[in-house]
Amino acid sequence: VAPVEFSDYHPLKSITVTDSKSRRGARKGSTSSSSSSSSSVAPDPLSSMLDGTDPLSMFAAASATTCTISSRREKEDEVGVDFEPWSSKRGEILARFTTTEKLSINLFMGSEKGKAPSLASSAVSEKVRTRLEELDDLEEGSQRELLNLSQQDYVNRIEELNQSLKEAWASDQKVKALKIVIQCSKLLSDTAVIQFYPSKFVLITDILDTFGRLVYERIWSMCSDPRPLPDSFTADEVNDTAKETCLNWFFKIASIRELIPRLYVEVALLKCNRFLTKCGIQETVPRLTAMIRGIGDPLVAVYARAYLCRIGMEVAPHLKDSLNKNFFDLLGTFRQIHGDSVQNQLVLQRVEIPVYLTLYSPAIHWILQCVSYRAPEALLTEMMERCKKLGNNALLLNSVMWAFRAEFIATRATDFIGMIKDCDEAGFPQHLLFGSLGRSLACADPPEAERLPILNEAWKVITKVRSPQDYINCAEIWVEFTCRHFTKREVNTVLSDIIKHMTPDRAFEDAYPQLQSVIRKILTYFHDFSVLFSMERFLPFMDMFQKDSVRVGVCLSIMDVFIKHQQEPTRDPVILNALLHVCKTMHDSVNALTLEDEKRSLALLINGFIRMVSFGRDFEQQLSFCVEARATFCNLEPVLVQLIHTVNQLAMETRRVMRGSHSRKTAAFVRACAAYSFITIPSLTSIFSRLNLYLLSGQVALANQCLSQADAFLKAAVSVLPEVPRSISIEGKLRSSEGFLLDFINNFLSALLVVPDHPEAGVLFLVRGLLNMVQDYTWEDNSDAKVHVYISALPLLAAMSQESYLYSIPKVDSNETLYGGDPKFLAEINKLCETLIGQVLDHLKTLGRDEVGRTMPSLLSTRPSSQTWLTFQTCSTASPCSPGPEDIDCIPFFLHISMCTGGIVSPCNCILCLVPTICQPVSWRALNVLIFIFQYFIWTS
Amino acid sequence: MLREVLAGVVAIVSKEAVQHQGITLTMEGIVNLQLSSKSVGVFEAFYNSVKPIQLITSNIEVVKQGKVPGGKTEIPFEFPLHTKGNKVLYETYHGVFVNIQYTLRCDMKRSLLAKDLSKTCEFMVHCLPQKAKLQPTPVDFTITPETLQNVRERSLLPKFLIRGHLDATNCVITKPLTGELVVESSDVAIKSIELQLVRVETCGCAEGYARDATEIQNIQIAEGDVCHSLPIPIYMVFPRLFTCPTLETINFKVEFEVNVVIVLHDEHLITENFPLKLCRA
Repeated sequence: VAPVEFSDYHPLKSITVTDSKSRRGARKGSTSSSSSSSSSVAPDPLSSMLDGTDPLSMFAAASATTCTISSRREKEDEVGVDFEPWSSKRGEILARFTTTEKLSINLFMGSEKGKAPSLASSAVSEKVRTRLEELDDLEEGSQRELLNLSQQDYVNRIEELNQSLKEAWASDQKVKALKIVIQCSKLLSDTAVIQFYPSKFVLITDILDTFGRLVYERIWSMCSDPRPLPDSFTADEVNDTAKETCLNWFFKIASIRELIPRLYVEVALLKCNRFLTKCGIQETVPRLTAMIRGIGDPLVAVYARAYLCRIGMEVAPHLKDSLNKNFFDLLGTFRQIHGDSVQNQLVLQRVEIPVYLTLYSPAIHWILQCVSYRAPEALLTEMMERCKKLGNNALLLNSVMWAFRAEFIATRATDFIGMIKDCDEAGFPQHLLFGSLGRSLACADPPEAERLPILNEAWKVITKVRSPQDYINCAEIWVEFTCRHFTKREVNTVLSDIIKHMTPDRAFEDAYPQLQSVIRKILTYFHDFSVLFSMERFLPFMDMFQKDSVRVGVCLSIMDVFIKHQQEPTRDPVILNALLHVCKTMHDSVNALTLEDEKRSLALLINGFIRMVSFGRDFEQQLSFCVEARATFCNLEPVLVQLIHTVNQLAMETRRVMRGSHSRKTAAFVRACAAYSFITIPSLTSIFSRLNLYLLSGQVALANQCLSQADAFLKAAVSVLPEVPRSISIEGKLRSSEGFLLDFINNFLSALLVVPDHPEAGVLFLVRGLLNMVQDYTWEDNSDAKVHVYISALPLLAAMSQESYLYSIPKVDSNETLYGGDPKFLAEINKLCETLIGQVLDHLKTLGRDEVGRTMPSLLSTRPSSQTWLTFQTCSTASPCSPGPEDIDCIPFFLHISMCTGGIVSPCNCILCLVPTICQPVSWRALNVLIFIFQYFIWTS
Repeated sequence: MLREVLAGVVAIVSKEAVQHQGITLTMEGIVNLQLSSKSVGVFEAFYNSVKPIQLITSNIEVVKQGKVPGGKTEIPFEFPLHTKGNKVLYETYHGVFVNIQYTLRCDMKRSLLAKDLSKTCEFMVHCLPQKAKLQPTPVDFTITPETLQNVRERSLLPKFLIRGHLDATNCVITKPLTGELVVESSDVAIKSIELQLVRVETCGCAEGYARDATEIQNIQIAEGDVCHSLPIPIYMVFPRLFTCPTLETINFKVEFEVNVVIVLHDEHLITENFPLKLCRA
């Protein structure tokens, strides 16, 4: 007699022998597949043939030698990118079909551990015992019912099962894997908490997909010797072991007792038919299609069909007939939906018919999408006709409109409206039907003549929808159609209708996403803002966005569109008022918590708007706009900066128009501009913006002959200088401000050349003022910056001492004219130069005292320009006494000084003070240089 | 079948050389008949008379006494499948009460000090396909309360009408059982429709016989209140290892039947029985 334990893990055991006469009694309880396993079974001698290993493990072992080949995607020509894949529907379904009711999972799997081994017999080998335990766990005794799960718990459980399936597979427990899959698919026959069923379907078919893939890949990998199968393999290329394995799977599945698990698992393995015969899939799909007829519950059946269609589309998209058959079968069983069993169930679960019907939508949508994909027109027409013949067909109609080609729907839009009207009010919600129709019409255009009647008919129904949520969902869809084909008048009407529906009880609060989408759609079609804002109801519509974040979001999108599409500057008061309002909303949303990035993007949009405002020749209006804007946008610094630039530009524009000579009126106007800038700049916090704007505005004022204003700007700039911190933060990092400051000062110095001295202040009061500030400024320790400033002041002074200046401003008398080369003036300059050079040399001395070689070159190397070098080289070739190469670093510096001072300061003077200072501390090298300079002076002068 | 031989190799794997007193192979084909516990009381006398029926037996010595060298040694062998007298080799079958099993045993006799070694392995025998082309024998059926037998209170039965057909009752064992079933009407909702595959094993002789039916497989073809007047497919794959061609001999019989079982929501159970004849083709 064969040992008992062998028969226990025969794979087919759970559906083995039971006495048929005792069935009636056993029937009452569950209809589980393992109900018979406890009946007394004579030891099955067959099992001894299996030699202790079930066939599953045998082929698993066989395949274990060949490594798994990673998943491959089969590219079927027949399914293109235009086929919306299941993955995109998944999330939508999960999000839409939720429940707060408690769910339960009824599983036959127990926990793998935690049970004391009941068979402690020492005779049983370790391996056998663990196998027995495992089976025990999967037996009826370990049936586990998880009750009172929240939806999230449920999802987690299913995910756990998915994981344990993968683990079981990875650890070669094929039987367990199969059992998990069977148990999972069994959950799909349970329609308790029916609102959740579509989501449940999604979750469980994920597991089935995993399983299907695992099996397929395993079998495929068995054929990879000597080389992997090509993607387009035929059954002839598959070796016998793989075929046998595959066949084994199918036999096993064929023996699953219950219909629904058997169906789902077989569908999941549909692709594996390729290994067996050439037309395996072709024969199997129709059989499975017919098999679904056995499912009594129409909801369960329709989802089973959806799954079959889905896998069918993936595996064999050419088998259109089966898809069609599925659809026609669906029509055939359609009356079930209104049958007694369903009604009783709904009463029991307290679910309304319209809610129940919408549960069908994802599945029917999917089936129709598969059926109609690249289907000929005739087929679609036939399908539609058949739907029409069926009473109570709103559900189907809805899916037809969803899934069929938009063009198909659009050309028959009027028919569809007729059909929708004929539908039973109590059944599928009409607004959903109109929603679906609107979706199609948003993508494809109905015949021109029908458009207005369509809109009228549709809106007649939509406006009657009572629930604001339903209403807005539907209205939002139709806005697109309206915008696409009609003018602002119709859109305005639509908007006013929406306002009318959404205002009572502040219904808009729950519909912000839809309302936003309405705005987005309008903005897509209306780029002309004068048209947009002339819609009476547009701004009232905007007023419905009362939650700040949403409101700002909408404003942002409006400004985005404006900046993208507004080509010409505008002065339209309607646009300006509206956009100013919009921008103000954006601006007002800024608070202490607003991130820098957000502020920047807001400012960018507002600046874009300000740049687009132009009143043409009406400069005063423009200025007053800027005044208003300043008041409105006072919290966004970049906007203020932009406004100052705009006003400066305005002043320059006035100058251009007046060709440089202002009339009384324009002179007053440009002074007003200067005043605007002057009072705006101090409110900026960024010190360098302030400095630069002072300088710029000063230059603008100067160009417009507003001398006292220019003076004021420049003086203000000088007085602000001491406030410059030593380090500023740039992009969140603390950097030294020295470079920026030097740049600014250089820029400032060059501007000073043309600024005439104020008659009441002393000679060169601005230059002196600046230099004093530089002197007092707390520079960084060991910094050469101060000396750099002095060095750059020298060229300015040199330029100032010349008879005619390098440049001048028309109608502004610079110092050259004011002083006319007065020797006193020159003497002042000379004195200043001497002081500066003295300072520089002092600095050099300290440098020399410290480390000559190290610091000095770094100081010097910053200055030379190529021109100086060129001069130097010409000089040195001409000069009999050229410095040695080791001094080359120092030379440009001296050369620079000499060139600057050349022609102003008397050479003797200079040399006299140079000789003692340089000779002593520096060394021979310096002396060499000095001699060279000396020669240079003589040579040039 | 007669021409076929059982061939293979005896493989001996050992680290060192093995001393032995001879290696023999024994091939045996046996029909085991067993009575179900229910029948034992009735046929107690008969019980003793049920003896295994030997279909074939053969014994050869593969290697004479000697020594097998270390490593792997393979000794090929062949057995002609000759039956004793006019006996027929039945197809391998493992049932509950009837077992037809063919085994091959290899024995290595060893000296008194060491245990004898033995290894048994089963080999399968399949009948040759039938020569004659199988004519399908479709069966139509109609089930109503009136057609039922074995009903206690006919008036309590709900009204129903179920029609259908089986494409054939003489089935090829490798092909599925197919057909269709239509629920034309039913007062009470249907809970489930199942196909129950039953094997009937009969052991007996002149003195009497014991007949036992056991379920092999139960396949649900409809769940819940199916759509009326829509044909539902009947489809069942015969499980391998548990079915064999229908077998009738003097001493025992192995037959198969299928029951179409309809369960109503009020737990009424309606069964329609169809005997099958399985064969190979």
